[in-house]
Amino acid sequence: MKTKTAAQPGDKAVLRAKNKQSGGYVARAKAKKALISLARGLLLFGLCFMIIQPMLTRLSTSLMAEKDLYDSTVVLVPRNPTLDNFRIVFDLTNFPRSMINTLWTTLLVSFFQVIACTLVGYGFARYNFPLKKFWFACVIAVIVIPPQTISTSLYITFTNFDIFGIFRALTGNSLNLRGSVLPYVLMSATCMGLKDGLYIYMLRQYFRGIPKSLEEAAFVDGCSTMQTFVQIMLPDAMPTVLSCFLFSFVWQWTDLFYTRNFLAIQSRPIYSTELSTIVSRMSRYFSSDASKPIIVPVGRQQQLISIGVLICCIPLIILYIFTQRTFVQSIAMTGSKE
Amino acid sequence: MTVKAKNNKAIRPERWGFTESILSFIPGNDTFRTMRARNARHGVLFILPFILGFLVFMARPLIQSFIMSFEEVTLAQGGGLNEKFIGFENYKYALGVDPYYNMRLVEEIPRMLINSVATLVLSFVIAVILNQKFKGRTLVRAIFFLPVILSSGVLPGIESQNEFYNMMQGISEEVANSSGVNLSAALQDLLSVSGVGSGVFDVLFDMIDSIYDIVMASGIQIIVFLSGLQAISPSLYEAADVEGCTAWEAFWKITFPMVSPLLLVNTIYTIIDFFMKNDNRVMERINEVWQRLEFGHVAAMNYIYFAVALAFIGVSSLIISRGVHYYED
Repeated sequence: MKTKTAAQPGDKAVLRAKNKQSGGYVARAKAKKALISLARGLLLFGLCFMIIQPMLTRLSTSLMAEKDLYDSTVVLVPRNPTLDNFRIVFDLTNFPRSMINTLWTTLLVSFFQVIACTLVGYGFARYNFPLKKFWFACVIAVIVIPPQTISTSLYITFTNFDIFGIFRALTGNSLNLRGSVLPYVLMSATCMGLKDGLYIYMLRQYFRGIPKSLEEAAFVDGCSTMQTFVQIMLPDAMPTVLSCFLFSFVWQWTDLFYTRNFLAIQSRPIYSTELSTIVSRMSRYFSSDASKPIIVPVGRQQQLISIGVLICCIPLIILYIFTQRTFVQSIAMTGSKE
Repeated sequence: MTVKAKNNKAIRPERWGFTESILSFIPGNDTFRTMRARNARHGVLFILPFILGFLVFMARPLIQSFIMSFEEVTLAQGGGLNEKFIGFENYKYALGVDPYYNMRLVEEIPRMLINSVATLVLSFVIAVILNQKFKGRTLVRAIFFLPVILSSGVLPGIESQNEFYNMMQGISEEVANSSGVNLSAALQDLLSVSGVGSGVFDVLFDMIDSIYDIVMASGIQIIVFLSGLQAISPSLYEAADVEGCTAWEAFWKITFPMVSPLLLVNTIYTIIDFFMKNDNRVMERINEVWQRLEFGHVAAMNYIYFAVALAFIGVSSLIISRGVHYYED
């Protein structure tokens, strides 16, 4: 059907003649096609708008002065545009410091996660060893088990950290690692960080697709196992590894669970935890007397929260715009080789 | 699966038993020197980080918290814990005494179930649409993937967690309903008056009202379905067209069966995703109890919740794997 109209674009006279010849078939087919694409366009536009709209609303309210919020004639365009709100939110969330902390922690953690997951994914994809199926079932278990289930015992493990009683023997006391980055780095380096099971799965799917002959050729040429991995496998795998890194960066950036439980302490604020407790700090901030907190109006609270969300999202959206292709393709690859 | 087994057989005909597996890790015997033993050792070395991590940071805490769910746990001075065995009391507390936990559990589960089904259907439909050729396709794809970033971690629910805000929203919703501005409510009234089975419509309208949540949750699923659709060879459709298949028939006879293996992956992912989201109200309750440092209760609640999630995953994958069609080249 489609080819009939598309193959002969011609001028209108030819089309009209053809239409007559086919008894109105061409016209009907064309109308049907136009209708379908109109419906599709409307649906997609609606859904896309729905995804983007909250961000746009946040952006416009973020620029409004407080009195604009209560003025019902102001809907989207602020009447008294101001950047003051951003300054307030910066103060409330400890801005430059919490952001810098978030940045380096996230980079560090994602770095370890990706290295560990690449090694493990490669091992699962290219080698046969005893209990392989069992360990892979464990990977799936890691994906499925909610980290909340073990949060209490992890908390305790890290408050009294000890490796086979070595520290207790040396110093007479176990280590309190909570509040330092070390527990989380340890977890990421051993594939137990945020969503690590998923990255192992993705990388394994990628490495499984590489032909065996490549490995054999490398072996014949005298490559050691590590050389094969670093010099032959890794360069090709870079896009997938990179996309795992991006995923882990983005999810770690917004993560609340691990951050709240293991990372954030008073002296080292992390943005996501600061954001989650922003409301409780508002009342003290706005009152002139620190001992007498006042109630901040709801509209104002909402405005400041959405600015906080906006500040959190902006770096990620910029990152996404530049790396969009890598994100989408890596997932596509994971799916298709199932 | 069958293909892989055949390949393995071609490379190494003999099966390794328990003894060989052990011997290949002990130096100084014949099995140790074989190529296969060397590979096995290197493989284990590669996954060593995972093995260590799993044992120390997953298996041990898991067992520990399982034990804790049968104990009364209080913080001792100096950071330690006092534990006392109390049998099933924690489970009784979670299901019978806690004022919110079981209520929210019962409320949330049907909602999550409906949302999961809606997510799968919607993401499949969108994937089919995005697989067609039209202008601005790349942009639309990029936008549909955006929720993966925008609905992670702390971000979803932070605005609705504000209690004052919820109160205000409840009031404004009431106002909207009474003034007839709310379109879906008006439609709902209309349909219930006309006497069509109202139960079905309630579910449907729930879905429509939570369409935002559903779209925000379907980023990854869309991409996975899309990749499956792109892997279908066009010659199948050509053949069907020649045989006089309509587009509708082609959809059910070609598109759907070819993508069905991915349905399983996506179902599991969706269920896990909904169960673990931060704005999930059962999770919120568990966090509240956690902040009160009632570790025993938290452990029991977590285990009940986890068991429910596991049951859901199990049942749905059983149902789906029966209908899945595996295409073999």
